[in-house]
Amino acid sequence: MKKRQGSILFKVLVYTVCIFLAILSLMPFVIMIINSTRSTYEIQQQAISLVPSGYFMSNLEVLLGKTFDPVKGFLNSIIISVSATACTVYFSSLTAYALVAYTWKLRDTFFTVIMCVMMIPTQVISIGFYQLMYKVGMTNNFLALILPAIAAPTTVFFMRQFMLASFPMELLDSARIDGSGEFHTFNAIALPIMKPAMATQGIFSFVASWNDLFLPSILLTDNSKYTMPIMVSLLRGDIYKTEYGAIYLGLLLTVLPILIVYFMLSKYIIAGVALGGVKG
Amino acid sequence: MNRRKSFSYAKYGYLFSIPFIVAFILFKLYPTIYTAVLGFTDCKGLGNTNWNFLVDEPFKNYITILNNPSFQTSLKNTVELWIMNFIPQITLALILTAWFTSRRNKIRGQGFFKVVFYMPNIITAASVAILFNALFAYPKGPVNDILMSAGVLDEAFYFINNKTATRAIVAFIQFWMWYGNTMIILISGVLGINPEIFEAAEVDGASDVQIFFHITLPNLRTILLYVLITSMIGGLNMYDIPKLFSLGGPDNATLTTNVFIYNQAFSGSYMYNRASAASMIMFLIIAVLSALLFLVMRDKDEIKRKKEQKAFAKAQRALAKGAN
Repeated sequence: MKKRQGSILFKVLVYTVCIFLAILSLMPFVIMIINSTRSTYEIQQQAISLVPSGYFMSNLEVLLGKTFDPVKGFLNSIIISVSATACTVYFSSLTAYALVAYTWKLRDTFFTVIMCVMMIPTQVISIGFYQLMYKVGMTNNFLALILPAIAAPTTVFFMRQFMLASFPMELLDSARIDGSGEFHTFNAIALPIMKPAMATQGIFSFVASWNDLFLPSILLTDNSKYTMPIMVSLLRGDIYKTEYGAIYLGLLLTVLPILIVYFMLSKYIIAGVALGGVKG
Repeated sequence: MNRRKSFSYAKYGYLFSIPFIVAFILFKLYPTIYTAVLGFTDCKGLGNTNWNFLVDEPFKNYITILNNPSFQTSLKNTVELWIMNFIPQITLALILTAWFTSRRNKIRGQGFFKVVFYMPNIITAASVAILFNALFAYPKGPVNDILMSAGVLDEAFYFINNKTATRAIVAFIQFWMWYGNTMIILISGVLGINPEIFEAAEVDGASDVQIFFHITLPNLRTILLYVLITSMIGGLNMYDIPKLFSLGGPDNATLTTNVFIYNQAFSGSYMYNRASAASMIMFLIIAVLSALLFLVMRDKDEIKRKKEQKAFAKAQRALAKGAN
């Protein structure tokens, strides 16, 4: 009897805390969505409301009347993130394949190097990177943000783990007997087997590339090249200082695509986080 | 016959690694060396690519940076902000992990809670920073409204003008963005522990609290270390939130090292040389932490391999016995 009471108390405590935390996670975004439909005047009278208002279009007009261009930011971000993700996923698979499918002299040395540099963030080498890009005239060029994605040590590491655990090596031998070339074997046989790992790693490299602010903001100085996070940072500037309705709407436009993708893929994302090593 | 087989495929290992190696040398290794070199030069001014080595005092930039009060403040801030976010983060993540993996009381709706707790982590940090800036607006803003109608405040409080409040909010945002991530990693760690250990403890009559402290925590050691080090490296790179929430202010209260480096190199005087020196100091700190992580993770692999070998040997022995 006493035990059951304790159990009920425990559950009440757990659910109370969890529901509180859930509200804490969701509320900022709910306020953002509702306030994006309210006029700046309404927001200044009463900053929180549960009822949407009818000023969505006029907020949009204020927002787009200045330098903020969500469509351009969205397209630029899509181009960069999709290309960078494709590079990361394809070449990391290829590198992991080289590490697992073949025995070569420098293999272990190479893998140790990958493990060593896995955690070095790009920010600390940004000055050298910027100077190099400036010298070869690649500032304001998306390739400067896409090509480095070919060398993604973390992704190689996880692809290798996946391959070691679940790649049937006999397939390679039978492909060789059938006369398939090594590169063709990789593309036609190895890649399809690695699809689950590619999907997980793809989601995370896409999100990382989409959310990046530091490197794009030093490389891209031309308005027409701005990515979504750079567009967002404009909302903090003086031009929108008192236009709260427009600021909330601008935030909504930048957050919405990610929220939609997240709720569609949340199952895979949570499973991917559980694998660890997503922290960048 | 045999020789041909072992000879012909090794070259593909090298061949398929070429794209990675080339991209790595061009975009990672070369910039690293370049940054290190710039730290010893007089390179400054917008878009300047001409520079000379400081022959008389090669370490001048490093000495200037280490003695720079702003850099000292930024280093102190970075560490303090990380600690202020990490301690509550790991505490809450551990409590939630204990609750969600409790074997006596199954908690329902875990899938939903995980999705919601993790959500802030995936949202663009730049958007989060500006959203919180709007939420803490003064004199009329959502947070001020809530606190005033709840009777906590008598009049609106100018959060972003107060050093302590701004720092607390920046640490809170980091905490809010990362505890879900940490929790999910820890839960998967607990699920990886052999359930027989828990069963044995239950049979012996251990309470949930005893099980947590004497079985779960010690078994999570490697994962906790992993979380600690990756979080530290992430914390040392804190940029988006302090840069956009509070612009490093007020009065440098949320100036982190990365914001400092950005300001040195890409605004005002364009001091690439000093920014490089500051970057290299951070690089060294992070390299040491990475080395630690490397040792931890290699250790884990090693243990796993040994376990597998043992299991294999055991199976072989059993097989031999069966044959007899």
